[in-house]
Amino acid sequence: MITQAAAVRTKVLQRQGAAVALVLVVAVSWLVFPRFGSLDNLRDLALQGSFLAVIALGMTFVIITGGIDLSVGSLYALGGVLAAWGSQYGFLVALALPLLVCGAIGLVNGLLIARTNMAPFIVTLASLLFARGLLLAITDEGATTYQIAPDSAFVELGRGTVFGFGYPIFIAAVLCVLGGLVLNRTTFGQNVFATGGAEQSAILLGVPVAKTKIRVYTVSGTLAGLAGALTAAYLQSGVTVIGVGTELDAIAVVVIGGTLLTGGMGTVVGTVIGVGLIKVIQNVINQIGTLDSNYQSVVSGVFLLVVVVLQRTLRR
Amino acid sequence: MPTETSAGPVIEVAGVTKTFAGVRALDDVDFALKRGEIHALVGENGAGKSTLIKVLTGIHTPDGGRVTRNGQISTIYQEVNLVPLMSVAANLFLGREPRTRFGLIDRTRRDADAAELLRGYGITADVTSPLGTLAVGEQQMVALARAVEADADVVIMDEPTSSLEPREVETLLEVVRKLHQEGITIIYVSHRMDELYRICDTVTVLRDGRNVHSGPLEELPRIELVSLMLGRSVGEIEKHGTTAFGEDHHADTRPVLEARGLTSTPRINGVDVSIRPGEVVGLAGLLGSGRTETAKAIIGALPLDHGTVFVAGKPVPRNVKAATRAGISMLAEDRKTEGIIPNLSVRENIVLAALPRLSRFGVISRSKQDRIVDTFVKRLRIKVSSPEQKVAELSGGNQQKVLLARWLCTEPRILLLDEPTRGIDVGAKAEVQALIDELAREGLAVLLISSELDELLDGADRLVVLRDGEVAGELEGAQLTREHVLKAIAAEVMDDAASHQNRHQNSHQNSR
Repeated sequence: MITQAAAVRTKVLQRQGAAVALVLVVAVSWLVFPRFGSLDNLRDLALQGSFLAVIALGMTFVIITGGIDLSVGSLYALGGVLAAWGSQYGFLVALALPLLVCGAIGLVNGLLIARTNMAPFIVTLASLLFARGLLLAITDEGATTYQIAPDSAFVELGRGTVFGFGYPIFIAAVLCVLGGLVLNRTTFGQNVFATGGAEQSAILLGVPVAKTKIRVYTVSGTLAGLAGALTAAYLQSGVTVIGVGTELDAIAVVVIGGTLLTGGMGTVVGTVIGVGLIKVIQNVINQIGTLDSNYQSVVSGVFLLVVVVLQRTLRR
Repeated sequence: MPTETSAGPVIEVAGVTKTFAGVRALDDVDFALKRGEIHALVGENGAGKSTLIKVLTGIHTPDGGRVTRNGQISTIYQEVNLVPLMSVAANLFLGREPRTRFGLIDRTRRDADAAELLRGYGITADVTSPLGTLAVGEQQMVALARAVEADADVVIMDEPTSSLEPREVETLLEVVRKLHQEGITIIYVSHRMDELYRICDTVTVLRDGRNVHSGPLEELPRIELVSLMLGRSVGEIEKHGTTAFGEDHHADTRPVLEARGLTSTPRINGVDVSIRPGEVVGLAGLLGSGRTETAKAIIGALPLDHGTVFVAGKPVPRNVKAATRAGISMLAEDRKTEGIIPNLSVRENIVLAALPRLSRFGVISRSKQDRIVDTFVKRLRIKVSSPEQKVAELSGGNQQKVLLARWLCTEPRILLLDEPTRGIDVGAKAEVQALIDELAREGLAVLLISSELDELLDGADRLVVLRDGEVAGELEGAQLTREHVLKAIAAEVMDDAASHQNRHQNSHQNSR
């Protein structure tokens, strides 16, 4: 049983902890670095964050069910390559191919996890290797980079802007709003919480636990593929070396956003804030210039640790 | 059975049999549930209650027999089967949420409905807070409300009060009565006699997978009920040697172990136990009466609200390490999960607890190990091909002896044995019993927990009878008869003075 006080503290931490940190970091950056607050920089920041946000959205669902999806980094890269290759057959193929293939791999993840009771860690680790291998196989070990014609409609998807803000930002925003609604206001969303909160109880309460798990991994794979497609459109090519370790970034932002790694509790808003926090820190470190950009990882790591330690101690 | 069957039974079970891995869990069971009654389902551990419930609810398909259901069944388990991290309202309406016209969950209405509904069950807590923040009793009430709201005709309550405070029990029983008035049929599983007699109309007693009695509860005296559960006739009084225990042991006068006022709400409340060297003290009582908890409290494995354990007059700090150092060892009830390490050898399993004594600067002397293992294998007559044989390959009885050896080689002064002969065959059982006898004669103080009355009556010099976490009586000498034990368990106190004194002492110690 959780005590009343601990629950309240968890709630506060979950809702506000990351948000407070984000506000502080943004405020300090704004004051210290004159270029930080410029419209150009903010647009760039949002665009960079939007790709990760799409992946992390799927990860949020997976982690709330008490699972983990390690395959998203590889699927992200694979999605990009498939989109770039498919773009020669037109916009629809370029968009549908990565969604279908990555979605299918996510579906297989889900089926294996839900039906055979294998650990999500192992199953998705296998598909991480599988997808990365597949990617290398279709690109001659990364030697072939498929280019997207600069004037194609597909490139517009990644590079088009409204008031200077890139399309991917709006796509990610719409998806996150939808994701939040699905999570909090639909039966599927409630099933996600119930599955991660107490799986055995959920089964006894009539929650379709297996179906719920299959769905979240399918969603996660599909979203990773979409993020890959958007990135390819933005870069005008299917870059093969991206996505290494992206699954860990996604897990990190979800957890920093207050979603419990053990499942049962979490918010999409928190994940978005987590993405913001990581991207702002990255941006600031880049602006310092003299600081090695690898420190971004150091800071993210410290943040993650602090959040996890807080989650654990505050729940006592 | 009474004949006022106005409507047909809600659930009827005829000749149901269910076997698991060769073990017959239900054997030709008949069971009928009349509409609107509160039906008590009782029986000792392993009597088949859970299996019957699962057959009733359709989780298990019986191997033979017929099940007829004329209503929707909902089960409330002992452990609340809800999601602690989700809000109270979300738990209450999971899967049946009110919707807005866009098909989304209408949270405002859900929360309002939940608050109003729960008020009827005496819960005024904030329905938007996580369920886990509520007290266990309130959580149980939410589970109950959920079941009733799901239009259940029959609610099965499996030990609903086992982890509740007395005040919460009252509220729960109140709600049960209310549901009864609303015409809901209830199956009430509990070991608590008081509750059963207060609210139930009918009782079914299961023993060893059979229905040994069905009928109106008030016509059945408590002692009859207990004897039906345990399978002993009340008239059977004299002791007879069905077990391998010898005569009573010569006991020293000063107790080596004294536990005073052990309290861990709600499991045990003010339990006193003392054991003299060379004495075997038995802990009797029904399942859930606090036997295992008492032993765990003595060895420091159960967090206590009050109470102190003294070994040879000195208080022992409340942790297992200190208790072990003071000379207390415990043989846990469940060999598989709390003792044996199946893939290690007999030797490794035996010396595990004694390793700190056998090692110098972290290096473990192999020759010392071999000597000790050899001694115990011979002394306890453990049948092994070699000390290097894996424990998993041994029979249950020999596994139990390996565990016994493990604790004996720490040279304890006090040995706590929780169901030492459960699940081992008759021959091995007699050997383990003889061994307990022998150890006591050598001066060890033994606390023996057993569900088998014969084992306790023959093996123990003195019996402490527990009921609902409190000492219901202490029996020794001529009082060591089935009748006395059953009466103590059934709360028909015959030695009023003694029991009163007991309770007086407990309350005195609690107030410290």
